[in-house]
Amino acid sequence: MSRVFDYLLYLFAWGSGLILVGAFAVFMGFLLSQGLPALDSSLLFGRTGMVDALLLQRVVIDGLLPALVGTLLLIFLALAAAVPFGLGAGIYLAEYAGKSSKALFSLVFDLLAGVPSIVIGLFGFSLTVFLHKRFTFITPCLLISALALALLILPYLIRSTQTALEELPATLRLTAAALGADQATTIRLVLLPQAAAGILSGIVLAIGRAAEDTAVIMLTGVVVSAGIPRSLFNSFEALPFYIYNAASQFSNQQELQRGFGAALILLILCGLLFTLAWLLRKKVTARLLYHH
Amino acid sequence: MRPEAQVSRILFLAATVVGVLLTLAILWFMVRLGLPLFSTHSLRLLLTQDWAPDRGLYGIFPFICGSGAVVSLSLLLAFPLSLGNAVLIHLLAPRHLARILYQMVKMMTGVPTVIYGFVGIFLLVPLVREWFSRGSGMSVLSAGILLALLIAPTMILVFLESFAAVSTSHLRALEALGGTRRQKLVHVILPGARRGIITGFLLASGRAVGDTMIALMVAGNAVATPESILDPVRTLTAHIALVMAADFDSMEFKTIFACGITLYLWTAILTLSLRFLHFKATKTSMQVGHEQSF
Repeated sequence: MSRVFDYLLYLFAWGSGLILVGAFAVFMGFLLSQGLPALDSSLLFGRTGMVDALLLQRVVIDGLLPALVGTLLLIFLALAAAVPFGLGAGIYLAEYAGKSSKALFSLVFDLLAGVPSIVIGLFGFSLTVFLHKRFTFITPCLLISALALALLILPYLIRSTQTALEELPATLRLTAAALGADQATTIRLVLLPQAAAGILSGIVLAIGRAAEDTAVIMLTGVVVSAGIPRSLFNSFEALPFYIYNAASQFSNQQELQRGFGAALILLILCGLLFTLAWLLRKKVTARLLYHH
Repeated sequence: MRPEAQVSRILFLAATVVGVLLTLAILWFMVRLGLPLFSTHSLRLLLTQDWAPDRGLYGIFPFICGSGAVVSLSLLLAFPLSLGNAVLIHLLAPRHLARILYQMVKMMTGVPTVIYGFVGIFLLVPLVREWFSRGSGMSVLSAGILLALLIAPTMILVFLESFAAVSTSHLRALEALGGTRRQKLVHVILPGARRGIITGFLLASGRAVGDTMIALMVAGNAVATPESILDPVRTLTAHIALVMAADFDSMEFKTIFACGITLYLWTAILTLSLRFLHFKATKTSMQVGHEQSF
């Protein structure tokens, strides 16, 4: 009887493994086989010369460059908005907050982390409508999208900063205190440098989140064709939206190919960020082991 | 405290308070903008009626069902799949194979959801269409399968973490008594990791409820309430994305705030259940603290 049960268990576990690996292999294989042929310089620059496009001399019409630049700008602006608040709140929760206020604040940030990205996008859109009534020049644009994305990644930044500080060995705090440093000095000169790799790995993961999100920017200003944005108040293109749009609106085989190329580029971008975060994380673990 | 230290403390507190206010502002904005809807339509009608703007019906019931159907199917597929993979990685697979599998699962958590949707349209949807030779292939089934792939890695990682946290003293005791790997799993690991398993399930369901792109791209977006898993459906998230194009002052447009509030509350309930689960966990672990200290 228990023999049969053993076999069933093995069958179930190995079967699940096979299904997952198989599904992922088929997924990757399909994407690579369709996307790799599209990867050349015309994918990014279309029929525009590379130098002209990079110097913004001429507009790239049928290439991915504006979408790629749009995504990079979004990431940069969202980080610029979210990092100060994320680090500040993370430091407060780890170092200053009392027991009950910490529980309350973490609950609120857990709620924020759970809010679907489309709802964050809807919030960004509502905010635009609200602002537009007072300042007519504000319409859905790069700035609004970046701010909404900042709100999306904020809880991740807070959590990773808090964790990075809390997992530092207690001896660090005690030594600093014994040497006469006050709390602010300890945080600035001892704890933050020690926690830097952990905090950085959280930031890198947040970048990945901002790079891949489509729902937020769909409601707050991304468009199919805008070129490289010239100001914060312009609409813009972005890679994930390009992919979404290519799937539904392609009119010929070549446009579809570019969609696959874009999907592959986004996957590579996210993969690189992911590996970077993992390397940083590994560094942290090694250092924590060394300390104990 | 020196004034300088006082200033940095206040700055950190301010950052925290801004975050909290923004979280509350999301809900406030949606309620505020959705209010005109509640003055003409009762909440009950809104939640139970069909969606047929041409007949003056603006109910979001079909979309709640749509989200429910897609999410349930994805959990139904992903839960056993994840449990099997976690058992394989933790217990059964040879060490180096387990490590490779673990790395693959970790990598999968980084795949953008729009790419799952994109590949789904050109790979899975045609397959579903051919297998069942019914409809366009855009269906609860297609979306459920892709969502399962999206959420399984999250579940597997949480399961593995909870397997690893199971008390080693019990495992050692069982080994000393000559227990098999199956006995280890069934009598020690699974009961010990019960809370972690529920956590993984709840976290993954939150992700499934909140995902927009997969449902939007492969579920078909039909406005009728689904009757079979081969029917096309529209989820709450997809409805918001689709109606955005409509005119701001229309009734259609206002319903997306009802969808937004529903999603906010749905995920909030999941977050609160997780909290409750862990609150109970800390209480019991304080009572049996001596055992945990190994």
